Amino acid sequence: MIVEFGAFALILAMSLSALQLGLSAAGRIRHSPVLAGAGQGAALAAAVAVVLAYAVLISAFAQSDFSVANVAANSHTDKPMLYKVAAAWGSHEGSLLLWCLVMTVFGGALARARGLPFNLKASAVAVQGGLSTLFLAFAVFTSNPFARLDPAPFQGASLNPLLQDPALAIHPPFLYAGYVGFSVTFSLAVAALIEGRAQSSFWPAWGRWMRPWALASWGLLTVGIALGAFWAYYELGWGGWWFWDPVENASFMPWLAGTALLHSAVVTERRGALAGWTVFLALLTFTFSMLGAFLVRSGVLTSVHAFAVDPERGLMLLAILGLTAGLAFALFAWRAPTLRGGGVFAPVSREGALVLNVLFLTAGAATILLGTLYPLILEAASGATISVGPPWFAITFTPLMIVAFLILPAGPMLAWKRGDARGAMQRLALAAGLALLAGLIGWAAFEPKQVLSALGIAVGAWLILGTLTEIADRVRLFRGPLGVSGRRLRKLSLGTWGMTLAHAGLGVFVLGAVVETGYRVEAAAVVAEGGEVVAGPWRVRLNDVEMVEGPNYLAEQGRLTVERRDGGAPRAIVAERRFFPAGGQTTTEVGLDFRGLDDVYVVMGERRATPDGDRAWTVRVWWNPWARLIFLGPAIMALGALLSLLDRRLRVGVGARKKAVP
Amino acid sequence: MKRALLIAVAALGLMAAEPAAPPDRPLADARQETRARALFTDIRCVVCQHESIADSPAGIAGDMRRLVREEIAAGQSDATIREDLVRRYGDFVLFRPPVRPGTWLLWFGPLTLVLLAAAGLVVAGRRRPPEVTALSAEEEGRLAELLREEAVCPDPDASSPNDGHADGSTIQA
Repeated sequence: MIVEFGAFALILAMSLSALQLGLSAAGRIRHSPVLAGAGQGAALAAAVAVVLAYAVLISAFAQSDFSVANVAANSHTDKPMLYKVAAAWGSHEGSLLLWCLVMTVFGGALARARGLPFNLKASAVAVQGGLSTLFLAFAVFTSNPFARLDPAPFQGASLNPLLQDPALAIHPPFLYAGYVGFSVTFSLAVAALIEGRAQSSFWPAWGRWMRPWALASWGLLTVGIALGAFWAYYELGWGGWWFWDPVENASFMPWLAGTALLHSAVVTERRGALAGWTVFLALLTFTFSMLGAFLVRSGVLTSVHAFAVDPERGLMLLAILGLTAGLAFALFAWRAPTLRGGGVFAPVSREGALVLNVLFLTAGAATILLGTLYPLILEAASGATISVGPPWFAITFTPLMIVAFLILPAGPMLAWKRGDARGAMQRLALAAGLALLAGLIGWAAFEPKQVLSALGIAVGAWLILGTLTEIADRVRLFRGPLGVSGRRLRKLSLGTWGMTLAHAGLGVFVLGAVVETGYRVEAAAVVAEGGEVVAGPWRVRLNDVEMVEGPNYLAEQGRLTVERRDGGAPRAIVAERRFFPAGGQTTTEVGLDFRGLDDVYVVMGERRATPDGDRAWTVRVWWNPWARLIFLGPAIMALGALLSLLDRRLRVGVGARKKAVP
Repeated sequence: MKRALLIAVAALGLMAAEPAAPPDRPLADARQETRARALFTDIRCVVCQHESIADSPAGIAGDMRRLVREEIAAGQSDATIREDLVRRYGDFVLFRPPVRPGTWLLWFGPLTLVLLAAAGLVVAGRRRPPEVTALSAEEEGRLAELLREEAVCPDPDASSPNDGHADGSTIQA
């Protein structure tokens, strides 16, 4: 009964979203606050209806109601409660409902936003209503998560055990909140194209209304991607964290476009310029989100993450993508002439640096799009099959980013309108020198000697030091009494701190990624109980192996000690190989020893026999130097986004923002 | 009883879940082994989903690793080994696609895009030179006077969100 209530709430939400579209559009056309207000009410009601539907789905999973096809296919009575709940977004149907949930909740928050002019708000709420109508209709008609099974099976088929992991349980909500949060910037961009005038006062104000949504979505997406990478790192047991897998790329493209959007929006907000770019990027970011949904759910890609879904649904998603993005970009092409103008600026200026940033980030996103889709296109066109993997991305994408990283610290140093390139270089000379020194130290400290990795360290250090130089410059550190600098430091806006943290966090990430990739040491050996594996400076001893029983699995649990070969305290860690009888799958549970910034990463392999016939196991050990920074960096960046969101300047004009973060 | 049976089945499963490939035997020569490992990351496991043979636990990935090590030990160059793999499995096996007319767009597309965009920026910059005119002597004098009166210290980030524009009067706090 309660499940039927969920299905009803879902259909109700679809109808309410359609009403939201109709009423808001009518309110806009007739200039009727009553109609537009009713449209906003419908948006709120739609959000409530989807929240109720989701609550029903979660309760069906929590109670293991196997008469619901989705629960039967993805859950099992033996699963721990956390993973029963998380299974509600572990399947195609459930995650699509999560998508709709984020879209309608953000839509409801948009309807509550204060300070937007009547026409713009009515149009934006209407567009958002149109988007949620399409996706809710897709859910209702092709992917109903509440479909019943008759007769109900006694037991469920269980969730893929790889997905039974705390990081993965919370990764999809963050990722989707980020992905779909960009639907609001999309709607605001379309509304601005409808309402926008070529007057200089409109675009700065629009930039300020749009930016909090972009910031919130970007921060959530950053956390979502980092959690996903962390899951891949310690659950797959391959020692890596990013594989340039098509589905990873699908999440990275909106992130890059969203990053470009944030920077372009700054120029629009402060100087009224680049309005065309900002609108274009707002449309592009959510288009990439929808493209990602299509790639993951249509079965066109082979990936570890893809949902096995029939091509028919993929075709429908492609139709939604074509319709929404097609209309939006056609509107953009038509209205682009009104987007010109705004403050003029010299090539060397804050605006100029931000233009370069937008250029490189957009080119980076286009590169990833090309690398992800090219094998599909080539196969369709000529039948030839190729693979585009990490080496290709290292050759094409990485250089683009390195150039962008080299320019980055100079940007905030330049003044608006007309910057002083030589002055900026002088002020950054110390940071540049120290960064080169850091590269040299890295070259000397790490084995084997690698020039490229050392240069990478210099780039990471340059990002951090250059960003700190900019803060030191703002507070006039060492150019006056320290007390004055302290006072200035306290008076810096939260937005400034947000930018500083985001840029420094990027540097932290670069350092981690470069050192981990360049200097990781891998070793594997077949060892019996009491045997040892040596990786770099670490000695890992397999003390004993025991069979342990988990809630829904059985595991061979290896107890190991990790110690430095040159002495130091040994530490005990546990690594497991788990067997899940429900699905007949085996997973590895990595043993991680956190050593400062480094990880000692241990994977238990299959059981074997030594030549003497004793029991033995393949034990793989990685020494991943500075791996901590890879996940710390994005966390710092997301914190930067949060601080920027709290800036008083952005609080003007946007109400109920707390609701924007589900 | 049922539980014991389950455990027995599961234990069997743990041992038999993957057809265990024979363990990897690293090459004795450290430099050859380094070369082999570098090659592994460029070669796709042909039965897996976007995994290199360096990462994949599949049996065939183990066979491919052994093949690569054998060829390196036999003194083959990296290029010959790649060619050999492509003969067996097709271009699909390489994570670095070959450069040929069909993949020119893939290889040179990103750089072309950046160059085109840069050219576009240069053209746009030429077409619209920044309108900066020097102040007249009279204006300079007024500016100096104003600065003296205001006694402001120019902050690099003092620009308000709306500098140079009509105020954002449409916003209600």
